[in-house]
Amino acid sequence: MTAMDTPVSTSSPKRVRTPLNEFWRKFRKQRMAMAASVFIVLLILAAVLAPWIVPYDAEYSFDYDALNTPPSAAHWFGVDALGRDIYSRILMGARISLTAGLLSVLLGAVVGTVFGLLAGYYEGWWDRITMRLSDVLFAFPGMLLAIGIVAIMGSSIVNVVVAVAIFSIPTFARLVRATTLGLKHRTYVEAVSSIGASDFTIIWRHILPGTISPIVVYATMRIGTSILTAASLSFLGMGAQPPMPEWGAMLNEARADMVTAPHIALFPALAIFLTVLAFNLLGDGLRDALDPKVDQLR
Amino acid sequence: MPSYLLKRLLGMLPTLMIVVLVVFLFVHMMPGDPARLAAGPDANLETVELVRKQLGLDRPLPEQFLTYVLNLAQGNMGVSLRTKLPVTTEISTRFMPTMLLTLTSMAWSVVLGMLVGIMSAVFRNRWPDRAGMTAAVSGISFPNFALGMLLMQIFSVNLGWLPTVGADSWRHYILPSITLGTAVAAVMARFTRSSFIDVIHEDYVRTARAKGASEPSVVGHHALRNALIPVVTMMGLQFGFLLGGSIVVETVFNWPGLGRLLVDAVNMRDYPVIQGLVLLFSLEFILINLIVDVLYGLINPTIRYK
Repeated sequence: MTAMDTPVSTSSPKRVRTPLNEFWRKFRKQRMAMAASVFIVLLILAAVLAPWIVPYDAEYSFDYDALNTPPSAAHWFGVDALGRDIYSRILMGARISLTAGLLSVLLGAVVGTVFGLLAGYYEGWWDRITMRLSDVLFAFPGMLLAIGIVAIMGSSIVNVVVAVAIFSIPTFARLVRATTLGLKHRTYVEAVSSIGASDFTIIWRHILPGTISPIVVYATMRIGTSILTAASLSFLGMGAQPPMPEWGAMLNEARADMVTAPHIALFPALAIFLTVLAFNLLGDGLRDALDPKVDQLR
Repeated sequence: MPSYLLKRLLGMLPTLMIVVLVVFLFVHMMPGDPARLAAGPDANLETVELVRKQLGLDRPLPEQFLTYVLNLAQGNMGVSLRTKLPVTTEISTRFMPTMLLTLTSMAWSVVLGMLVGIMSAVFRNRWPDRAGMTAAVSGISFPNFALGMLLMQIFSVNLGWLPTVGADSWRHYILPSITLGTAVAAVMARFTRSSFIDVIHEDYVRTARAKGASEPSVVGHHALRNALIPVVTMMGLQFGFLLGGSIVVETVFNWPGLGRLLVDAVNMRDYPVIQGLVLLFSLEFILINLIVDVLYGLINPTIRYK
């Protein structure tokens, strides 16, 4: 996205080295991050197709002859205390966790980026207000802020998404503001400004692209945290409500039967762990491939 | 140094005021009538009006705020709707278990995290680094409530080595403290590693090596101090994370602390308790950040004179 049409070097006449294929060259070398991307793509596919591929209904199909039974041919991940197929619930749960994680980060990133761009570009009183507000948001530990918001708005997964988005805003705002401050005095920005480009054009076409890579790296890392936070709140009974097959809520329900049927807890725990791990590994890979500071060290 | 401390203290005041204001407005942001909330769902109209007068909810908002601040200054945070006990009493009986749990978790996780981070940086791209960083990325990805359930299942239920719930002896602290500290240890390890790697490439480290300093002296003396600067900041942030994490961990281990009190209060819509706890947690977090800032100034003199 960043100046894709500008060739960086013309050393090889056959292949132009754009930032994009430069990024791909570095990213490809990181086996863990590549594996994580494959896992995430498969997971997203499974989540999208879940309603058509689940063997049983995730909420209202009860197998009363198989209560608490461990994994079998009929029920790959076993059956929970109410007789529901855990495999079906995990697959449907992927839709909830991925949507919650992606949507809350997207919301936080968009709002934070707008605030950060304006604060960094105009500075002055707008900048001071934005930074003071983010100081106040930072004064509340993230989880506490989320619980406070849920306490006000009521327990539901939608409110959890809003809460997680809100506490993502200040970090994105600061990140983008800092990058913007660095970019706006660059010669190319002065050049477009001197030929009479409007503030909007400068910010949108010339500064925003420069902030994309830190945003992407941070957002990817943030998705894992957001999925964890959403699952934690659901575990506490403040997010998704039963019978919704949300992974955190499933773990909470599994607590009662931990001794006799630990498999009920095992699969949602593994699902959360692997999903969050994949996003964290992908985030690490993107950081190593995009961060110029890391580049110098290699 | 004293003037630096004073400057930091003064800089904290506006944030503090806004936090108190936000917590005060909390009740008014809740859907529904606060007087109705306080009186309970079964109360009739007269009782609701009586409660409204009693709590001063019929007064103008600025006046209510002033009363709130004055009450706070006297240590009065209202009465719990559930137990009818003063919020201060509710909080003070549960303060120590949470504080001790947080501190024990912080202590082991910071030490272990920094050790792993330094080892990883020194043996970069060799097996200690790979092992340490694999453990660390797993540590930040594993949900702490699942970890707590797993540890309890193995060590309390199957092996019978440690107690399951409660906070009566030091043995009760082991599992919750491991559960709560794991993610912090993992974050500290990753952060210390990258901070160390940055520092190890600095000119003064090369100079130290060039003049013949031994490797332990280079790592322990020249690199450590400078690598610690960002690590200390991270520690402060992690404290906030611990406060949040304790809410979840206390629920898993049925810990008689503030986190569980908060969960119960939210479920019962016991808003004076929620209000008191949110304020307390935020104050603690602001205080920790202040301490971090001061430590920062101690380690890095250039910050002090800016």
